[in-house]
Amino acid sequence: MSRDTLSRAAPVAPGRPAPRRRPRRATRTEARNARAAACFVLPFLAVFCLCFLAPIVYALHQSLYTTERTGPLGLGGREHEAFAGLANYAQALSDGRFLAGFGRVLLFGAVQIPLMLVLATALALLLESAGARAVTFFRSAFFLPYGVPGVIASILWGFLYVPGISPLVKIAGALGWDVDFLSRGSVLWAIANIVVWQFTGYNMLVLIAQLKAVPGELYEAARIDGANAWQVARHIKLPLIRPALVLTTVFSIIGTLQLFAEPMVLRPLASSIDSGFTPNLHAYSEAFVGNNQHVAAAEAVLLALVACGLSFGFLRLVGGRAKDRG
Amino acid sequence: MTRLPARARTPRRPARARTTQPPVRYRIITASLLTVAALYFLTPVYWLIVSTTKNSADLFGTFGFWFSAHPHPLDHLADVLTYDHGIYLRWFANSLLYAGIGAVCATLLSAAAGYALAKFPFRGREAVFNVVLAGVLIPGTALALPLYFLFSSMGLADTYWAVLIPSTVSPFGVYLCRIYAAAAVPDSLLEAARIDGAGEARIFGGLGLRLMTPALVTVFLFQFVHIWNNYFLPLVMLSDSDLYPIQLGLTSWTGYADRQPVLYQYTVGGAFLSVLPLMVLMTVLQRYWRTGLTEGSVKA
Repeated sequence: MSRDTLSRAAPVAPGRPAPRRRPRRATRTEARNARAAACFVLPFLAVFCLCFLAPIVYALHQSLYTTERTGPLGLGGREHEAFAGLANYAQALSDGRFLAGFGRVLLFGAVQIPLMLVLATALALLLESAGARAVTFFRSAFFLPYGVPGVIASILWGFLYVPGISPLVKIAGALGWDVDFLSRGSVLWAIANIVVWQFTGYNMLVLIAQLKAVPGELYEAARIDGANAWQVARHIKLPLIRPALVLTTVFSIIGTLQLFAEPMVLRPLASSIDSGFTPNLHAYSEAFVGNNQHVAAAEAVLLALVACGLSFGFLRLVGGRAKDRG
Repeated sequence: MTRLPARARTPRRPARARTTQPPVRYRIITASLLTVAALYFLTPVYWLIVSTTKNSADLFGTFGFWFSAHPHPLDHLADVLTYDHGIYLRWFANSLLYAGIGAVCATLLSAAAGYALAKFPFRGREAVFNVVLAGVLIPGTALALPLYFLFSSMGLADTYWAVLIPSTVSPFGVYLCRIYAAAAVPDSLLEAARIDGAGEARIFGGLGLRLMTPALVTVFLFQFVHIWNNYFLPLVMLSDSDLYPIQLGLTSWTGYADRQPVLYQYTVGGAFLSVLPLMVLMTVLQRYWRTGLTEGSVKA
C-alpha cells in the first residue's frame, strides 16, 4: 500500500536558501517565526505522533510484556501483565511458520520486483520511443489497474484462477494443458501476477515522468551522432532513470514485506494458503485468532525492522556502487 | 531563380522524416509488444464487464470471456444496490467519507506543515523533517496492528474515527509540500505581505495555499486512492459491518458465497461498481498524476 503512494519521493533533501539574518531584529523575528511555525506544524505533528510514534512505542512496550493468568493450572483467575523480556521475540523467531512466511515473501520479492520493474522499464521505453503510436491509449490501459484496489484485483484474478469459473483454465484445458493456478507450488506466483498486474503501470508512469524531464536535445544529439534507438535507450535513457528505479525498488521491497490482502482474499479459494503464508498474515492471525497481542506486537516490530533493514541495505548497496563508478 | 531554393528544399523533407521515423520493422515490433501488454492489463477488466451481465448460474455455466444468452446488466446492478437493505450503498458512502474527508484533512495538514518547514527557519526544523521522512519508510501494515491495540485501549476501535484519524496523516504529503513550497512560494512575496500588515494565517491561506495548488492536488489524489484502496487498517479496526468501506464489505460477501451462491453475482457486480468511479478519476486526471510525479522526483 504505501509503496504506491511513495515511490516518487526523491532521495535528495530539498535545497533551501539560507535564512537571511537581520541582527537588529533577530530575536523578535525568530520568536515570531517560531510561534507561526508551531501553529502550522503542530496539527500535523499531533496526529503524526498519535498514529506513527505512539503505536511504535506501544508495540515495543507490548512486545516486552506477556499476559499471565493466576489461578489453578493457569486457567481462569485474574489476568495481569508481566515483564517478559525478549521472550515474545524468541517465541516469534522459533516459530517455524513465521520464519517460513519470511522466506516466502523474500523469494516472492526476489522474483516479482525485478520482473515488474523490467516490464515497467520496457513499457516506459517503448512508449517513449519514436516508433510508438496511440501512446495515450496504451499509457492509460497500462495505468488502469492501479485504480483497482488490491482486494478487488484479488477477487477478480481469483475468479480467473478458480477451475469451475475461470475461462483461462477452460482455454488451457481445451488446448490439452492441465493447469492449476492455486496449487501449492504455483499459488505464490499467482499472487505475484496480481501484484505485477496492479503496479507495473504505476511504476511505468514514474519512469516516464523521469524520462520526460530529460532535455530533448540530448536525444537529438545522440541521434545525430548515429546512435540507434537501442543504443539511446541503453546508454542514455537507462542511466537517467536510475534514481527513479532505485526508489521504486525500495518501495516495492517495503510493499512486498507487507503482503497481506492478496493471500487473505485468495485463502478461501486455495487450501495451500495457510494462516502463516506471509509474516503479516501470521501476525494478524496471532492477534485475532490466537488472541496473543504480545507475540503479534513482537512480530509487527520484527516486520518493520526487516523492512527498514532491507530498504536501507539496498540504498547503501546502490549508493556504494554509484560512488565506485564516480 | 526564386524557384530554385524551393525545389532544393522539397526533396529534403522526406529524408528528414526518415531519419526521425524508425523503420517500419521497428514500428511493427513496438506496436505488437504494446498490444500484447494492453491485452494482459485489460483482460481482467473485460472479464469483469462481461461477468456483470450474468447471474450466478451463468457465471459458472458459460464461457467467461463471452456474454451469456440473456445479459441483464442493469437488473443485476440494481440487485446489488438493494440487497440487504441497500448495505452496498452504505459501504460506498463510507468509502467516500473515509477517502474524501481523510484526503482533504491530510492535504491541509501536509500543506501547513510543509509550508512552515520550507518558509520558517526555526530550531529543530531539520529534526522534525527527518522524523517525518522516516515515517515515509515505515511499512503501513506494521503500524496498523499496534495502532489497533492502542485505539482499542482508548475505546476508539470500531468507530469511524478509527479509520478517519490515521487517514489524515501523510508524511509523504509533507515532504512533497515542503519541496514545492520552497520552490514555488517566493520569500519576497511573503515579506511584502508582512510589511502590508497581513497576519501569518492570512498569508498562508491567501497566498501560500494558492501558490501550492498543483502540489496539493497531487497530495489529495494520492491520499484519496491510498485510503480508498486500504484494506488492512479497516480490517483490523472495524467489526461493525455498518462502518465497513466497500473493500471490506465485498470480502465479507465472498466469505458467505459458499452458502449463498447469489453472492458471487453480487460480488462481481459490486466490484464493477466500485472500480468504475476510480477508473474514471484515474483516466481523466492522468495529467495531474504525471505533473505530480515530475514534481516529486525531479524538482528536488
